[in-house]
Amino acid sequence: MSDLIQASSRDIAGPLLELTDVTTHFQTERGLVRAVDGVSFTLDRGKALGIVGESGSGKTILSRSIMGLLPPRGTVRGGSVRFEGREVGNLGRNEMRSVWGKEMAMIFQDPMTSLNPVMKIGKQIAEPLQIHLGMTKQNAWATAEKLLTDVRIPEAKRRLEQYPHEMSGGMRQRVMIAIALACGPTALFADEPTTALDVTVQAQILDLLGEQRRERNMSLVLVTHDLGVVAGHTDEIAVMYGGKLVEKAGTKRLFTHMKMPYTEALLQSIPKLEDPSHTRLHAIAGRPPDLVNPPKGCRFAARCAYATDQCVNEEPPLVAAADDPTHLYACWYPVGSPENDAAKERLAATPVSVGTAAGGN
Amino acid sequence: MAGTGTAHLRDSDDVLLRVENLVVEFPVGRTGLKVNAVSGISFDVIRGETLGLVGESGCGKSTTGRAIMQLPRPTSGSVRFEGNELTALSGDPMREARTRMQMIFQDPISSLNPRRKVRQVVMEPLNIWKRGSAQERSQKVDSILEQVGIDPQRAAESQAHQFSGGQCQRISIARSLVLDPSLIICDEPVSALDVSVQAQVLNLLEDLKKTYGLTLIFIAHDLAVVKNISDRVAVMYLGKLCEVAPSDDLYHHPMHHYTRVLLDSIPVPDPAVAVRKTAIEGEIPSPVAPPPGCRFNTRCPAAQDICRTQEPQLRELAAGHFVACHFPAETPVPNPR
Repeated sequence: MSDLIQASSRDIAGPLLELTDVTTHFQTERGLVRAVDGVSFTLDRGKALGIVGESGSGKTILSRSIMGLLPPRGTVRGGSVRFEGREVGNLGRNEMRSVWGKEMAMIFQDPMTSLNPVMKIGKQIAEPLQIHLGMTKQNAWATAEKLLTDVRIPEAKRRLEQYPHEMSGGMRQRVMIAIALACGPTALFADEPTTALDVTVQAQILDLLGEQRRERNMSLVLVTHDLGVVAGHTDEIAVMYGGKLVEKAGTKRLFTHMKMPYTEALLQSIPKLEDPSHTRLHAIAGRPPDLVNPPKGCRFAARCAYATDQCVNEEPPLVAAADDPTHLYACWYPVGSPENDAAKERLAATPVSVGTAAGGN
Repeated sequence: MAGTGTAHLRDSDDVLLRVENLVVEFPVGRTGLKVNAVSGISFDVIRGETLGLVGESGCGKSTTGRAIMQLPRPTSGSVRFEGNELTALSGDPMREARTRMQMIFQDPISSLNPRRKVRQVVMEPLNIWKRGSAQERSQKVDSILEQVGIDPQRAAESQAHQFSGGQCQRISIARSLVLDPSLIICDEPVSALDVSVQAQVLNLLEDLKKTYGLTLIFIAHDLAVVKNISDRVAVMYLGKLCEVAPSDDLYHHPMHHYTRVLLDSIPVPDPAVAVRKTAIEGEIPSPVAPPPGCRFNTRCPAAQDICRTQEPQLRELAAGHFVACHFPAETPVPNPR
């Protein structure tokens, strides 16, 4: 099994990761939850992709589906996940073990609960090196020290002997990154890696991830709810809503030529530092759809300011923008289309008290 | 650089809350050591104002909010609220004073009793204080629930877990309003919410503030959120105040080096804005053994010898703009390292 992966060299042509119609549904008492519902995209080698969405949009389940980190009971998977040209979407846990660490690695939001509280930091880094790369204990510990230095932890040798509780949240996240990098993965998945951290430490960790990605020519998938985090640290962004991919484009392009009204609304709802205080925020009314009974048309229609009968009744397909084939979106009346402009004018002409006390969520 | 002083306090009849030299310390087990959570800060809030308290985790901002409520009582210092010295009150007068100030917490779901109907949770303060007849209580609760955007009928039939996080925060806000408080202390009220819902709750707070003539203390780590809602902002670091200023001033002319670092660290949702190189190294020191002098000196890019020995006092460098720093960012620094 591992020979097979070794054979797929890092230089082969084609995208690193190719998803085709990936679905992940969970059987629950309430019915089938369509957490991820037909997502397709590709990710090239060495690129950083941001997956953005609100809670419940399916962004975390999507990244876990790619990694094969899903609860075995009640999970219904479909579609294809190809990594380095090889299908990994149907592999069991035992087969995935050879992929985890060496090919794909993951870091999580909470660095305290992802580390073993009763094991020394050094052992937690060295162990995967011994198991996956067959290093001797001595070599593995020496490599662990180098890894800690790589992730900018001062006094690495002393830190190897410490336990997680002796470190701050930012230091623990650095240790998590060191563990994830230990076996030299081709792709690193980071699920809200900085959400639990302070803003000054967040900036340090994001810089570190970017630096390691460039040095190691590794792909990075950054899953987050924060458009600010992905804006400065990714090449491409995928926007998820209600289990669907609703827009994907190069990072610069997405921010300047966004097509999907949801992306526009998400960006507008963020308070901006340059606005004077007490500036009225553009809230998105309502709440995300129930994924047990998703609406039949566009899943955002109920909260969309521009929605028509067509949006409510017919699901828009994911199509490429006329002027940029890599820009995908799923909307009948995308931002910038004549219909959308007309709707915007109509809305501007009839001032509604946006975001009054009443309304939704 | 985090310092002390009272130069920024205002002399006005409109001052609703005045906190002076507030100190909160917690013992560390039986070691004889103590956590210096809040180390002598002073601020005031005038009626109808929103004061933002901002800082990283461990800076003492939540402890400050709780110490105002006397939960727990501060180690020393004075808290004057509506003319009463709260630190001297106890028993019934203290409970009575607390009805005039209410608190909203970060986790909206766990701050509501999971076993009771939501409408009951909102009504309870009125029942405890026996305000009005049963009918008047009902009317009041229904009208406040309507105002925060929660259907009273649904609230009467449902428990907290049947509502989303944003709705639970609206319910918490309704509960804080039923006793007609003058001051509401919001402790990270939107940090657990999605950005779209966060905007709804922030707009709601602004509306209710106008409707009820409320005064707010808004505690948060997100500077953009704090700027949006606050009239004045106080920046805290390791139990001390660094800078107090009207919010637009603070963001346009940050003078304390820590405020600058905080502002520079915020990821901007615009790829055209170049990502700045990490503004600061290291992390916040332990409040058990805070550094002498200015508490920010261990991480400050402009620290000099005096910063390591002498604590800076808050002084007014522009109208209403107070900074506790020996070498504020907009004045020249002598002999840089």
